[in-house]
Amino acid sequence: MPFDFTFTPEQEMLRKAATDFAERDVAPRVEWMDETGETPTELVRKMMELGFGAIVIPREYGGAGLGHIARIAVLEEISRISPALSFCLQIVHLGQSPVIYFGSEEQKKKWLPGMAKGELIATCAVTEPTGGSDVLGIQTTAKREGEYYVLNGRKCFITNVHISNMHGVLAKTGEGPKGLSFFMIEPNTPGVKPGRRENKDGLRGLNTGELILENVKVPRGNMIGGEGDGLRVALTAISNIGRPGVNGVALGIVRRCLEEAAKYSKQRILYGKPISELQAIQWYLAEIYVDYETTRLLTYYAAWLRDKGARCDAENAAGKYYSVEAAVRCAHKLIQIFGGYGVMREIIPQRLLRDAEVLCSAAGTQEIMKLVMLRKALEYSK
Amino acid sequence: MVKIIVCIKQVPDPKEFSKITIDPLRKTIVREGIQSIINPLDKHALEEALRIREKHGGRVVVLSMGPPQAIEACREALAFGADEAFLLCDRLLAGSDTLATAYALSKAVRRLKPYSLILCGNETVDGSTGQVPPQLAEFLEIPHVTRVRRIEIGEDEAVVESMLEYGYRVVKVKLPAVLSVVKEINTPRILSVFGIIEASSKKINQWCVSDIDASIDMVGLEGSPTRVTDVFTPEVKRRCEVFSGPVEEAVGKAMRRLHEIGVF
Repeated sequence: MPFDFTFTPEQEMLRKAATDFAERDVAPRVEWMDETGETPTELVRKMMELGFGAIVIPREYGGAGLGHIARIAVLEEISRISPALSFCLQIVHLGQSPVIYFGSEEQKKKWLPGMAKGELIATCAVTEPTGGSDVLGIQTTAKREGEYYVLNGRKCFITNVHISNMHGVLAKTGEGPKGLSFFMIEPNTPGVKPGRRENKDGLRGLNTGELILENVKVPRGNMIGGEGDGLRVALTAISNIGRPGVNGVALGIVRRCLEEAAKYSKQRILYGKPISELQAIQWYLAEIYVDYETTRLLTYYAAWLRDKGARCDAENAAGKYYSVEAAVRCAHKLIQIFGGYGVMREIIPQRLLRDAEVLCSAAGTQEIMKLVMLRKALEYSK
Repeated sequence: MVKIIVCIKQVPDPKEFSKITIDPLRKTIVREGIQSIINPLDKHALEEALRIREKHGGRVVVLSMGPPQAIEACREALAFGADEAFLLCDRLLAGSDTLATAYALSKAVRRLKPYSLILCGNETVDGSTGQVPPQLAEFLEIPHVTRVRRIEIGEDEAVVESMLEYGYRVVKVKLPAVLSVVKEINTPRILSVFGIIEASSKKINQWCVSDIDASIDMVGLEGSPTRVTDVFTPEVKRRCEVFSGPVEEAVGKAMRRLHEIGVF
């Protein structure tokens, strides 16, 4: 299929808006986020006011319906300044996606307008202490009691858990792959408690923590899809929204690496000339550049496929597999270019490396990505 | 407030100025591949218009003159919240200097009557003449104030603060008037997703020279008394000399050197 993902005027304006927001409002808060690990809730609120939370919600439900290329453009621009805040936004979108893809008309009308306005921010709580890749091994249960399900369990590594007022939760309603169901827990439901806050090495300022569910009564009407559809709901959300979101964040990191590498190597004088004239540095620059272009193409290509309504699980997985490793690789090369300065806390390269490392296990490990890609790879036997 | 007209211009993005080259034959700027934006000070003018509308009501109409791609700047202005946009776009306007531009804009403004206020950025980042707003006011025979950093709208007048080199002056001006603003006046809002969507349903009107009843010999190259004889990139010959030693001695050396090279 011939592809063209030139930005439309709307997408270009949106990209500019995200750049303005990131450079003007986010940049002054980045150091504070990294130092304290605190989430700048006022910036999250501002993103919602600007409508960044509404990008993928269809217009008929109060959203912008601007699609996946637009989403990636925004994530890239914000991540260039703060990967942590960009990741926060991508999870806002992830929390909406079970309702967008599998919600009934009634559920969409009930929640999506509030999500588009940023009044409702939902998590997508799948991972448990037993692991995220082994989805069937989760322990959280949902027991039917009349018109309700009663949920009990403990989720971990849940992004945005302390700043969200809704929770999308995968729980066991039976055994095996058809024994999982997905529920939306509405604000102020008794028994829902965000637990410990994780103290991560990177993406500091991005809220991550536990979600504890103790006898949480959820109306039957809050189940997304039918009983036993949970695995499909969760995996579709992660594949369609979670993984490309990680790609967008990684893309922003790779781009920042390229920008910082080019800028520093032209300014830094060694042996009487800018280090950009030294071949060792030139090779680093060329390698970072090719990683940027490749990450960009993989990421936008998958987003373009999604906007066309095509299935793109393998492309999203390929993008995620490549982009996060490119982000780590480029940040490491950036540190080499900066020399000793690269590991100083007040200078950016070391932060980009710490941020990039966190992406490796997000939305599925690299090994899970290989499994997803393998299915597509084997199709080429035909 | 009946209507606030905001004049905007699409200009090359200053972030990309280093990529700009000069065509040695045509003596014009090569803009290919250079991102365009709304002139930064024009965004402040638009922001002020939107704030005045929020307080006093009325409509915000954007007026621009430029090539067909300037429609992007108009669309962006609508996304910021302007109600309607007009683009003067005609090959006959190509090559207009500030006088011809101000004349064409004034003819368009006359078609947009009635209006209460015209807001402009004080100057553009490409031309930097700051001449168009006062010339526009002269063509329209209405008052103007430049370098405006604060506007208070009254019944049929405005009280404005106009920045001077040292300090500012307060001016009471009858409306309608042309006010050209500086960046200190406000912080422009960031485009919102919903503004971008709404913009697609708002109207961008394109006018040519005949639509505004302008005289052909007063616009374009022919209507422009300015003649560009040469355009070149100045050679940068900056040098740095360090004078060390006790302060008085070092200052003495520096002064002698400045005399030597003819600064004084």
